[in-house]
Amino acid sequence: MSLLEVNDLAVHFGGVKAVDGVSFSVESGEVFAIIGPNGAGKSTIFNLISRIYEPTRGSIRFDGRDITGLKAHDIAKLGIARTFQNIELFDHSTVLDNLLMGRHTHRSTSFVEDILFLPKVRREERDHRRHVEEVIEFLELEAYRNKMIAGLPYGVRKVVEIGRALSIGPKLILLDEPASGLSVEETREVAFWIEDMRRDMGLTVLMVEHDMSLVNQVSDRVLAVANGRPLALGSPADVQAHPDVKAAYLGTEAA
Amino acid sequence: MRVVFKTSYDSDIDLHEHGADRLRTALLLGLMAILPFLVGDYYLAEATNTLIWALAGMGLMIAVGHTGQVSLGHAAFLAIGAYTDAALMNAGLPFYLALPAAGLAAGLFGALIAIPAVRMSGIYLAIATLAVFVIVEELVIMLEPITGGVGGIMAPSITLFGVSFDRYAALTNFYWLVLGIVALVTWGYANLMRSPTGRSFLAVRDSEVSARALGINVTRTRALAFGLSSGVTGLAGALMGHFIGFFNYELFSVIISINLLLVVTIGGLGSIQGAFLGAILITGMPQLIAILRDGVNANFGIDLGGIPGLDTMVFSMILIGFIIFEPAGLYGRWRKIRVWLETFPLARRDMFRRHKTYLKTERMK
Ligand SMILES: Nc1ncnc2c1ncn2[C@@H]1O[C@H](COP(=O)(O)OP(=O)(O)OP(=O)(O)O)[C@@H](O)[C@H]1O
Ligand SMILES: [Mg+2]
Repeated sequence: MSLLEVNDLAVHFGGVKAVDGVSFSVESGEVFAIIGPNGAGKSTIFNLISRIYEPTRGSIRFDGRDITGLKAHDIAKLGIARTFQNIELFDHSTVLDNLLMGRHTHRSTSFVEDILFLPKVRREERDHRRHVEEVIEFLELEAYRNKMIAGLPYGVRKVVEIGRALSIGPKLILLDEPASGLSVEETREVAFWIEDMRRDMGLTVLMVEHDMSLVNQVSDRVLAVANGRPLALGSPADVQAHPDVKAAYLGTEAA
Repeated sequence: MRVVFKTSYDSDIDLHEHGADRLRTALLLGLMAILPFLVGDYYLAEATNTLIWALAGMGLMIAVGHTGQVSLGHAAFLAIGAYTDAALMNAGLPFYLALPAAGLAAGLFGALIAIPAVRMSGIYLAIATLAVFVIVEELVIMLEPITGGVGGIMAPSITLFGVSFDRYAALTNFYWLVLGIVALVTWGYANLMRSPTGRSFLAVRDSEVSARALGINVTRTRALAFGLSSGVTGLAGALMGHFIGFFNYELFSVIISINLLLVVTIGGLGSIQGAFLGAILITGMPQLIAILRDGVNANFGIDLGGIPGLDTMVFSMILIGFIIFEPAGLYGRWRKIRVWLETFPLARRDMFRRHKTYLKTERMK
C-alpha cells in the first residue's frame, strides 16, 4: 500500500481548471517530485492535500485512510507537514518559538493547565524543546535560535520553514519549491537535507521544484503536470525526455 | 552588555531568564506592596485605578496584541463584569465567588460572540464588536431589576472573612486586594504566553494558513483568546464597579473602549508590560495635565482652565504623537533605551532597523 494515493483529483475555480484529473501515489520512503511550468497547478495540488482547498472531484488517501473529508487542522496530526512557496512563518516570533509551534500536535495540556503552568506543562515543554533542538542541530540553525524571523535573511527563513515542518515529526513532508531563491551552495545543502530526511529520519518527501539539477539529484520518481493535467510519470530522466513535457516547457503545445 | 549562558532548557522555559530579572520583579512587587505607607489616600486611589486599568488592558492585550483581533467593544465586557459582580453580591454572594463568576460570565459571553465573528478580521471585527457593545448597553438599560436601569446600581462594600476591603473605609485593604488580583492575573498571563496555548495565539495572529497546517484549530483558538480576553476585562469591570461605588451604564461608554485600545497600542502591542505602561500613561496623563495647568496658573497667572477642551486636546495630541513616532509603544521604546545603556557606547543607530523583509506576493488565503 502506498503512503499517499491521489486519485483523479480536480479543483476548478470558476472556469479555471487549476487541477484537472491528477492521479499518483507516493510510496513510503520515496522522494517524489512534481514539476511543471508556472501556473501548472503544482501548489494547488499541495493545497488540496493540506485540505486548504476543497476538491471538485477525486480523493486523497493517506496511510490507508481517506482524508478528503478532513479539516485543514486535522492533517498535521496524521503526520503530514508542509512548507509554503512564499514562506509563511510567524514573523514576530523567534526561530525557537516558530519551531516550537510545530510541536502543537504533540501537546496534551489544556489551556487551564497552561495558565497555571503545572509541572506537567514544564515536562512537556522540555520534551518539545528536546525535539526542536534536534531539528536545530540537523539544519544548523544554532546561531539563529533566539532571533526574530522578521530580521532574518531570505535563505535562513526558508530553512526555518523546513525546520518547523520537521518539528511536527511527520511521516510525509511536502516541500513547495525548497530551492527557489536560494544560492547554488544553499541549494546543495537542501539536497543533502532531503537525502538525510529520507535516509536517517525515514521520511517520505513530496516536493515541487523548478531546479532540475535538484530534482535529478534527489528524486526517485517525477510527475510532470501542465495546465492542471498530468503529462508524464516516471524516473527523472524518462520524464524530462518525454515529448509532451519538452513541449510544455517550450510552450509549443497546442492548448 | 550582559551575556547569559544558558545551562539548561529551563532557563528558556522559566518566567525569568536569570536572577537579576527575578530580583527586579520581586523589588517591583515589594514596592507596590508598601505603597500605602509611602503615599497618601489620593495617590493610593489613583494607583488602584491604574492597576484596574492595567488589568483591563491585559484583557484587551490578549485579543489585540497577542491574537490580532481588534475590539471596539471591550467596554461591554467591563459592564458585564461590573453588573454580574454587583448583582450577585447584592443577592448575598460573597466577593470571592461573585468576582470569578463575573469574569466567567464576561468570558463565556466573549467566547460565544467570537465564534460567529471568527471569519472577520481588522475593521470588520472592530465594527462587529462595536455592535455587540451597543446591544449590551441596551440590555443593561432594559434589565432594570438587575442593573438598576438608567438609575444605576450600587456595588456593595467588600468584606472577606470579617475584614473590610471597602474602597473608602479601608482603601489600603482594597488596594492590596486589587494588587493581589492583578499580580495573579499577570502571572497567569505570563504563564500562558510561555506555553503552547500562548504560542497558538501568536501563530493565529501571524499566519492563519500556517497555523492550520500545524494542526491549530483557528476558530477554536480565536474563540478561546477572545473569551480569555473578555474574562480578564470582566474581572477589571467588577473591580472598577467597586472602585466607583455607584455606577450606571454611562460608566462603560465607547470612550472607555477607545481608551483601552490606546492603553494597549501606546503601551506596546504584544507585551504584557505594555498594558501596564499604557495604563499608567492613560490614567496619569489627566493628572499630569492638571498639575501643569495649576503650575502655569500659579506662576504666570494664566488661567488655562478657562479654555474649554484644552485638557482633552493636549491629551489627544500626546497620544497621536506616540502613535506616529513610536509605533512599538512605550515598552518598545524602553527596550531600545535599555539596549542603548547596556551596550554603551557601542549602540548604533541602525541596530533596530530590520532587514528588508521579503515581500509576500500572492499570499494564499
Ligand atoms: N484560490 C484560487 N482561486 C483562483 N485561481 C487559483 C487559485 N489558486 C490557484 N489558482 C490558479 O490555478 C492555477 C495553478 O496555480 P498554482 O499556484 O498551483 O501553480 P504552480 O504550478 O504552483 O505555479 P508556480 O510554479 O508559479 O508556483 C493558476 O492559474 C492559478 O491562478
Ligand atoms: Mg507554486
